[in-house]
Amino acid sequence: MINEAANPGEKSFYQVSTNKHTGILSWLLTVDHKRIGIMYLIAILSFFLVGVVIGLFMRWELMFPGKTIMEAQTYNTLFTLHGVIMIFLFIIPGLPAIFGNFFLPIQLGAKDVAFPRLNLLSFYIYVIGAILVLVSLFLPGGPIDTGWTFYIPYSIRTSTNVSMAIFAAFILGFSSILTGINFVTTVHRLRAPGMTWFRMPLFVWSTYATAWIQIIATPVIGITILLVIIERAFGVGIFDPALGGDPILFQHLFWIYSHPAVYIMILPAMGVVSEIIPTFSRRTIFGYKQIAYSSLAIAFVGYLVWAHHMFTSGMSDTSRWIFSLLTFIVALPSGVKIFNWVATMYKGSIDPQVPFLWVMSFIFLFSIGGLTGLVVGALATDVHLHDTYFVVAHFHYVMFGGTGTIFFAALHYWFPKMFGKMYNKRFAVISVVLFFIGFNMLYFPKFILGYMGMPRRYYDYLPEFASLQLVSTIGSWILAGAIFFVVGYLIHALYKGKKATANPWGGVTLEWHIASPPPMENFHEIPTITHEPYDFSQLKEMKYGE
Amino acid sequence: MGSAPTIHVETVDFVMLYIVGISVILLLGITVTMVYFVFKYNRKKGHKPVDIHGNIALEVIWIAIPTLLVLSMFYFGYTGFMEMRKVDKSAYTIQATARMWAWEFGYDNGLRSDTLYVPIDQTITLKLVSVDVNHSLFIPAFRIKEDVVMGKTNYLSFKAKETGAFDIACAEYCGLNHSMMYSKVIVMPKNEFDKWLNSQIEKDSLSTQDSTKTKDSSSIKNSLSSKDSPSGKN
Ligand code: HEM
Ligand SMILES: [Cu+2]
Repeated sequence: MINEAANPGEKSFYQVSTNKHTGILSWLLTVDHKRIGIMYLIAILSFFLVGVVIGLFMRWELMFPGKTIMEAQTYNTLFTLHGVIMIFLFIIPGLPAIFGNFFLPIQLGAKDVAFPRLNLLSFYIYVIGAILVLVSLFLPGGPIDTGWTFYIPYSIRTSTNVSMAIFAAFILGFSSILTGINFVTTVHRLRAPGMTWFRMPLFVWSTYATAWIQIIATPVIGITILLVIIERAFGVGIFDPALGGDPILFQHLFWIYSHPAVYIMILPAMGVVSEIIPTFSRRTIFGYKQIAYSSLAIAFVGYLVWAHHMFTSGMSDTSRWIFSLLTFIVALPSGVKIFNWVATMYKGSIDPQVPFLWVMSFIFLFSIGGLTGLVVGALATDVHLHDTYFVVAHFHYVMFGGTGTIFFAALHYWFPKMFGKMYNKRFAVISVVLFFIGFNMLYFPKFILGYMGMPRRYYDYLPEFASLQLVSTIGSWILAGAIFFVVGYLIHALYKGKKATANPWGGVTLEWHIASPPPMENFHEIPTITHEPYDFSQLKEMKYGE
Repeated sequence: MGSAPTIHVETVDFVMLYIVGISVILLLGITVTMVYFVFKYNRKKGHKPVDIHGNIALEVIWIAIPTLLVLSMFYFGYTGFMEMRKVDKSAYTIQATARMWAWEFGYDNGLRSDTLYVPIDQTITLKLVSVDVNHSLFIPAFRIKEDVVMGKTNYLSFKAKETGAFDIACAEYCGLNHSMMYSKVIVMPKNEFDKWLNSQIEKDSLSTQDSTKTKDSSSIKNSLSSKDSPSGKN
């Protein structure tokens, strides 16, 4: 393979416009997948930070029993917004839209995604959806207060702006579907010569599996949302029992999308882990095919477990145990991945740099998330723990400890490639440690609170919960401190960071063969692939370290 | 644990311990191995990395053992759950009605109360009815809950073996005062319960009309329950 990095003076994609404009329009109208990835990064990171700030306010309110800073209605609005922002604007689009856009074509040896214009369209649909969420906050009626699950009948009864907010979720769904279609097509059509299916990096595999879920599952939420809007606007009885509808049907439809959506959130993260561990262990991944297949397995059997969110809804006892059994079965592929990752470190040559440290904390936090999933997968315990803080802790460990942590891992892994700059590694190590401590302080007490019987979505609580609630709030400050610190030193590195080399970590997937930041269209010449993805003997050909 | 208020509590605590016990072992196993590898195979030591593509025997082992483990977890969860669901014929039925944001319990003699009084050592079945949105009747001390859904009658059973007062919370988000929708279940000896049931009949119609105001607010800050009027919605 040609070593393209050795091409000094070459222009990066920042310096070449894909259209006739320069300046801001060369970004807003770009069809380059890398520029679109960066625009997503800016948008998604901003919403994430907004979500974090809302989380901080919620924790502040919960610091002491009774009113601390806000009224009950405000609190109810905040946890709804926090949930909606974190789910629909951060964690679902997060990794695919940012890192998938930027790296999927490069890792395949392609110049761009299959449909570059459609890609830009998905971005604008995302922006429109996000704007609608914001607009819904300021319309008469007030911000939505239903929780991010929009359960009927409450979401029909409340006078807040439900229709507008869920319509935003409807719009955001299209962005997700279009991105999915684009990635599936890209993987099928644009692989470089020699890039067989089993030479694809695992990040590509997992993004591919995710794309299928995006295509297949998202329409279900779209249809459901339309039905709710029709019901609210015209009084047609679909879900509302007062009109002869069935509120449990809503829960089924909602979770038929939202459970697979959990895999939309986690699969790309698993892909990133499968990139970072080989790079810093400098050896091939253990069980490549098992990891690839288990991504597909998760993508296709993940549809069969939605009703485990409804074990106390009054479903028949038979459906409860069937869904419990299926839930345990679906947990297995994720477990297998964890074992494979740890096994990949065996007899490696491990250099625990910053991205690797994030991955280590991921493995710990995500394992806790997964294992506590077994607790709520079992019927006897779930009946007690459902809708308590135990569940709040569980899903934060999975989504935030899992995908959120990997968002930071990916950012630190690919930052030098995306921006051509290196951040301050000492600051970065401090931030991982703070993140890890803050995270556990914030969320671990919630497991205990949940078992003690503290229900979720509570503005106020009994005195016996006070001390653990206080610990949790203090944890939120440490965690948020770490997050803002990361954002701070990364922005600083953009301006003042040392120039990054083409291959700072000794990676071998295709993105490390080209310059940092990559040139427009990535490759001068489409490469021919002759190696498996994690074959580190390539480092010699790549003249790494010379 | 002789002090558990119901037998089911012991069952749930056992299932919890079982799953958490196995989980802690797995978590420690994973974490310790990972940290050990990072030291043992650290690049500073200058080992040459060895490419190991996989190992079928290992893959089989680490899919088979977890499968057995999770099936056993499923089984205990299932039997524990069925124990709570089986209702004997002698069960005493009380209707529990949820509304934003209060509970009301109706007895077969027409008595209604905002606190749930029940006799000890007697299976109680709550018929759960909602007059507005979804709620969920949650008795943490008994480790049980079931959603209360309008247009659908769910049920929830328990049999207390200790007298005492235990919290009832609403666990399904139901709007403004969701977090204040607390009541209590009072478990009393059989004869006292009968006395209560009969002596209360006359007062019945007076005490139930305004149940949202009379709720036992000692547990939650008083300032809150008075400040947020339940009428702000709908
Ligand atoms: C510093 C960061 C964060 C803090 C302090 C925080 C805190 C909280 C708190 C206090 C709740 C409400 C619990 C309750 O009363 O039921 C909550 C709910 C939630 N959080 Fe977070 N969180 C943070 C980050 C995240 C992230 C990164 C995600 C997603 C990846 C997330 C997703 C959610 C969701 C979906 C809910 C449920 C909302 C609902 O009940 O409708 N959070 N969070
Ligand atoms: Cu309620």
